Amino acid sequence: MLLRVEDLAFGYGARTVGAGVSFGLEAGAVLCLLGPNGGGKTTLFKTLLGLMPARAGRVLLDGADLSRLSRTEIARAVAYVPQAHAAFFPFTVREVVVMGRASRLGPFSAPGPADEAAAERALATLGIGHLSEKIYTEISGGERQLVLIARALSGEPRLLMMDEPTASLDFGNQARVLTQVRRLARAGIAVMLSTHDPDHALLCADRVVALHDGGLAACGPPAETITPALLRRLYGIDVVVTAVPGVAAPVCAPILD
Amino acid sequence: MSRTPAAVASQASAWRKVGIPTAILSGFGLLALILAALAIGKYPVSLADLVGVLGHRLLGLPSRTPAAVETVVMQVRLPRVVAALVVGAALSAAGATYQGLFRNPLVSPDILGVSAGAGLGAVLGIYLGLPVAAIQGLAFAGGLGAVALVYGVGLAVRRHDPVLTLVLAGVAVGAVLGAGISLLKVLADPYNQLPAITFWLLGSLSSVTLGDIVAILPMMLLGLAPLVLLRWRMNLMSLGDEEARALGVETRVLRPVLVAGATLVTAAAVSMTGVIGWIGLIVPHIARLLVGPDYRRLLPASLVLGAAYLLTVDLIARSAGTIEVPLGILTALVGAPFFLWLLAAGRRGLG
Repeated sequence: MLLRVEDLAFGYGARTVGAGVSFGLEAGAVLCLLGPNGGGKTTLFKTLLGLMPARAGRVLLDGADLSRLSRTEIARAVAYVPQAHAAFFPFTVREVVVMGRASRLGPFSAPGPADEAAAERALATLGIGHLSEKIYTEISGGERQLVLIARALSGEPRLLMMDEPTASLDFGNQARVLTQVRRLARAGIAVMLSTHDPDHALLCADRVVALHDGGLAACGPPAETITPALLRRLYGIDVVVTAVPGVAAPVCAPILD
Repeated sequence: MSRTPAAVASQASAWRKVGIPTAILSGFGLLALILAALAIGKYPVSLADLVGVLGHRLLGLPSRTPAAVETVVMQVRLPRVVAALVVGAALSAAGATYQGLFRNPLVSPDILGVSAGAGLGAVLGIYLGLPVAAIQGLAFAGGLGAVALVYGVGLAVRRHDPVLTLVLAGVAVGAVLGAGISLLKVLADPYNQLPAITFWLLGSLSSVTLGDIVAILPMMLLGLAPLVLLRWRMNLMSLGDEEARALGVETRVLRPVLVAGATLVTAAAVSMTGVIGWIGLIVPHIARLLVGPDYRRLLPASLVLGAAYLLTVDLIARSAGTIEVPLGILTALVGAPFFLWLLAAGRRGLG
């Protein structure tokens, strides 16, 4: 098991956001994290990345306790893909992507030819090699999201953590990002992503973890886990989950009053 | 993988081409500027005399120039030129570092109160009638003390974003120190002390000696070392605390090291020359417009441009009028229009 979360409690400041959360993720699998706004998805991500200390329980990365690993050690195994944002300075896409190599370089070293090659490979994997000389702040939101995924991949991680990678993307780019998630998993990378859209979980996840009221509401394969009852509990609305001819996974649709 | 058409990639590849030829070219440009600064002044020195003096002093060739010329070049102009190079480079490198650390284009080396602290130290020294070395020492200690105070407040207040807390603490501490400076100006003797205070707060290279430069050089090198060595990591620091940490950067170690380095060079520079504003704010911007935001190129570019900029400004300060214009006035008068022109002409934004 690449990532194992055991009875984890997480939060910030004086506030405990969630507790009693346990699940595991193995190489080549996609885990989708569902939950309402303010349900603690981002806090859980930050705790799993070691950016916040766990309040109770343990996070095991390859069997090693996360709290005993250095930032470099964590970053070599786990890469984080934040939501597409505007970088502050107008770096080129290549400069952004090669930053993903930081955990593989000594503190005083700058990226060398091998690192530039890894960045090129990551860009090629995502099919965005043509963007490499563009200015990151001037490309579209969808392209930025792909660039941030490429940056994460350039560090050759085994686990990719993506915080709402499809939020703020148009319909086509959402599908492109989900396609990439599946392809990366086939290549043996474990992917954990959060999303607001249960359809995305049904489309690309091997496993769904649902957070509600600071606890684990459900954990299991998407087709069995994503039910009208769970979605009603998570979001407080009535939902139809049904098979549609020509679509591999079931499809969710809310029932409007 | 398809290659981008050259037209689309023009600006980005222009940055990338800033390589060894450009470095050599800018090196020669700086050298020419240094020779000009040594030759030009109230007592003009011909190029032949200048070569003679430098050949005599640096290479041990027989002296063929009058002693007066040698004195002007070696005793009067050389300290100023060296000081302008060192201080200009240091303030610009510190400014570039602070702007990246705080992700804010309006940040100058004064952001954490180093200038205000140094100012209060120096003003106190002048007010108490202390000798020059003591004034410089107080300025240096004041600059470091102010930043240490701001950083301490930042560490004590842990509830907010650490970077934002530092900036706000810097503003607050800076205001208190500024009030202290104003109070001492009111109390100071208006005929002797007040002009000295005002002059110091606007910065000048006129009284710098080679001894001063030698005294601050170790601090300069110590402070510049982390900025230069960690310059690629600065790119990651400019992404913000959380993202940098997720990418494997231990920001809790790196940020204090970089702040200490930038503060040390600024305090050392300001203690010698007084407060010279604008350079640390404007030169990193000019460098960014020329070579892009990657600190691998931005930091060296800031060092060279800062040195050249202050050298030019000081040349104007001592040769333009009958009295010397304080540098703080000229850096803004020369820098702001040039900056605005670049802003309008350049294609790249400030971020």
